[in-house]
Amino acid sequence: MDALDISRWQFGIITVYHYIFVPITIGLSFLVAGIQTAWVRTGKEKYLRATKFWGKLFLINFAIGVVTGIVQEFQFGMNWSAYSRFVGDIFGAPLAIEGLLAFFLESTFLGLWIFGWDRLPKRVHLATIWIAATGTLMSAYFILAANSWMQHPVGWTMGDGRAELTSIWAVLTNSTTLVTFPHTVTACFLTAGALLIAVSAWHVKRGNSDDVFRPSLKLGAWVALIAGLGVMITGDIQARVMTEQQPMKMAAAEALYDTTDSASFSAFTVGSLDGSEEIWSVRVPFLLSLMATGDPSGEVEGINDIQREYEQRYGAGDYVPNVPVSYWSFRLMIGFGALAMVIAAAVLWFTRGGRRPQSRWLWIAGVATVAMPLLANSFGWIFTEMGRQPWSVFGLLKTADSASPSVSTAEAATGLIVLTVVYGALAVVEFALFIKYAKAGAPSIEPPAADDDADKPLAFAY
Amino acid sequence: MELTTFWFILIAVLWAGYFLLEGFDFGVGILLPVLGRDDRSRRLAINTIGPVWDGNEVWLIVAGGATFAAFPEWYATLFSGFFLPLLLILVALIVRGVAFEYRHKRESARWKQGWDLCIFWGSLVPAILWGVAFGNIVRGVPIDAQHEYVGGFVNLLNPYALLGGLTTLALFTLHGAVFLALKTDGPMRAEAGRLATRLALAAVPIAAGFLAWTAITDPDDWGIALSVLAALTLLASVQLTRIRREGWAFTATAATIVLAVAALFTTLFPNVMPSTLDPANSLTVLNASSTPYTLKVMTWVAVLFTPLVLLYQAWTYWVFRKRLKLSDIPA
Ligand code: HDD
Ligand code: HEM
Ligand code: HEM
Repeated sequence: MDALDISRWQFGIITVYHYIFVPITIGLSFLVAGIQTAWVRTGKEKYLRATKFWGKLFLINFAIGVVTGIVQEFQFGMNWSAYSRFVGDIFGAPLAIEGLLAFFLESTFLGLWIFGWDRLPKRVHLATIWIAATGTLMSAYFILAANSWMQHPVGWTMGDGRAELTSIWAVLTNSTTLVTFPHTVTACFLTAGALLIAVSAWHVKRGNSDDVFRPSLKLGAWVALIAGLGVMITGDIQARVMTEQQPMKMAAAEALYDTTDSASFSAFTVGSLDGSEEIWSVRVPFLLSLMATGDPSGEVEGINDIQREYEQRYGAGDYVPNVPVSYWSFRLMIGFGALAMVIAAAVLWFTRGGRRPQSRWLWIAGVATVAMPLLANSFGWIFTEMGRQPWSVFGLLKTADSASPSVSTAEAATGLIVLTVVYGALAVVEFALFIKYAKAGAPSIEPPAADDDADKPLAFAY
Repeated sequence: MELTTFWFILIAVLWAGYFLLEGFDFGVGILLPVLGRDDRSRRLAINTIGPVWDGNEVWLIVAGGATFAAFPEWYATLFSGFFLPLLLILVALIVRGVAFEYRHKRESARWKQGWDLCIFWGSLVPAILWGVAFGNIVRGVPIDAQHEYVGGFVNLLNPYALLGGLTTLALFTLHGAVFLALKTDGPMRAEAGRLATRLALAAVPIAAGFLAWTAITDPDDWGIALSVLAALTLLASVQLTRIRREGWAFTATAATIVLAVAALFTTLFPNVMPSTLDPANSLTVLNASSTPYTLKVMTWVAVLFTPLVLLYQAWTYWVFRKRLKLSDIPA
């Protein structure tokens, strides 16, 4: 492997890793804020216990989200300096704005929330978690604007050997951003909902703190169902925008080699995906046309035709992304997301009216739900990013021309190995702690001391 | 003022803010094994920075992002050129950040010891390496006509840069000791104060030596003036610590750090990364910058939002202004 391949592996590994924690942070911050609001409104102790319980899990997750984020910010310069020189005039802006507007907000107000339980008036303290949650959304918007620009460059002109910004407004309201943001955010809520289901199911089965975990289970299932529906709807819109902007990605997603109208969608294929043979497949008639164009008889361009077209436009070269990866990641994204929704619906149905079903399988499925949106998220990104190849900026800059010329293979390999090892170790620690605190259940709340003694120990300390 | 100059200053401000803020939490981390005799006192030290360290670290992220947006060539050359030191810094910041959040999550002594080591090394390594990096930036490194760094790793470990590393280490440790004296009460306050005066014995000659070396190799009127001021505030901090005026002593070490960063950036200007191969290869505020349009957009964003950030970060420090003592730490 050369430095380029190593850098690609590194980027993929550390970004997928970062994105395990991101959707949990985004979704759970709002759910915790909502539960705390319920406590402030009603004063019921069960809501306070739920806030503290989910808040703790949230913080265990957040810690890794933050530290892996720093690597993200630096790696463009470290491993992709040619890319950074080429796009910095445009791509740097949303990144810097994200830091100034979102990261400061998130980190400062989360610090206030964690340590402010006994330092801030109740309502001010509640406001801090809402502000931090809003920060996570803003962060998502700006980083997705940066990413969308790579999928569909707008508001730019070719300058002296680099892309130059002509309209920040165009970049921030890129049609790609406008469809990616709702899809990603609804997926974050599906993820957080699934997390609530999984942990609550474990406790509800055992009858632990029913007053905390039954409502949590219900909340999680409803959030997952509604958000899941949102993911499907936004994904459908996104597929149309994508077909228009990156037809090759859609063709690869379906392994569709020849332009076809009234194209069917294969849900599952056995055989090679190189267009030569198909041993067995499950096909839904007209669905691909419908997905890609909004019209069941619409024409969907095939890989071979797009390849010819791109050769004319961009010169000789291979413009076909990895077809099996595109094909399967697209299906796994949809499949795992749909599965999570099915389980959410089943959980709601079987626990209705205070039922505690005895079926082991339901509870196992409930606990397993948490993995599904996480997998769907990863596959969604892998699809988005791998389907864009060979480009790093679509139509403008190839991935092969993006890496840092001054970084040697040995240096790049050191980076890959060190980060993978550190991340692997962190994963083990994180997972163990998460399980430990998830199993520990909702904390009991000591009634506040009658006298407001200024000398009592802090309500929270590291 | 040219927008490129404005952004050069803004990036200097971001780095100064980063070193001023994270400087003391690096210092607290480095002093953990010295001042934290038992678990409770280590927790006391850690909790002085608990609510703020993450917000402090974002100064670094924004400094990086702002460099990317305003001077993409600088970002690209610097980050790819200093690959291995940056990798080390990243690993240090990762284990340190996780350590703060996770160390109290298990009641095992070994678990806590492990994370304490992470906090110590995770603070020590960046405290040195940032100085080494800035030493190299100011002195200049081999950069070719394509603006690529061609020096390799060992080239970065020259005496001047290493002295820079010692300088940041000494200043941050001192800054951290003064911070602990300011933010705690009881035995730790007294001990941190005594330690600060002893640390100053090392910090004064090291920092003065580094700034003098800078002034001699690259004489710049403003740079020299700022260096002299930095040295004076450093001396003042020693005296202020001795008479236990901790608030003023902290102001003085903070001023030292800001003035020293200002001196380095002033010396650097109008270069952002001079080349030792050929001055024509040097990155300057002009040839490394973004287009005027991007700079204008970013200027609006910075002018509108920086005051807001300063306001709420200041508020956080106000909310957590109380000194901590051992009895505040829950058992
Ligand atoms: C859709 C959302 C999303 C995506 C695609 C990414 N991130 Fe992220 N990032 C977040 C959403 C987020 C967040 C929700 O805001 C995080 C997650 C956990 C956290 O603490 O904040 C975060 C943390 C985080 C931090 C630490 C912030 C802090 O210290 O508070 C940095 C520097 C980055 N990210 C940078 C990046 C970069 C450069 C990315 C692209 C390659 C990236 N993130 C992908
Ligand atoms: C929204 C922020 C993101 C930005 C700005 C971004 C940017 C990039 C860049 C610069 C590359 C360059 C390397 C290349 O082209 O190979 C890349 C590739 C890649 N990204 Fe993203 N990315 C983002 C989000 C993600 C996420 C969240 C994931 C996964 C969870 C992801 C997965 C990948 C993968 C797997 C590659 C490697 C593709 C390959 O090289 O074959 N990306 N992306
Ligand atoms: C019917 C279901 C779905 C459809 C039609 C759909 C469609 C799409 C499409 C077309 C893309 C690629 C966009 C591009 O490259 O421009 C995408 C990306 C993505 N999907 Fe889905 N999706 C579905 C379900 C899901 C589910 C259930 C999840 C997660 C829980 C998910 C998470 C993601 C993520 C994280 C990305 C990458 C970010 C982005 O480009 O928005 N998707 N999806």
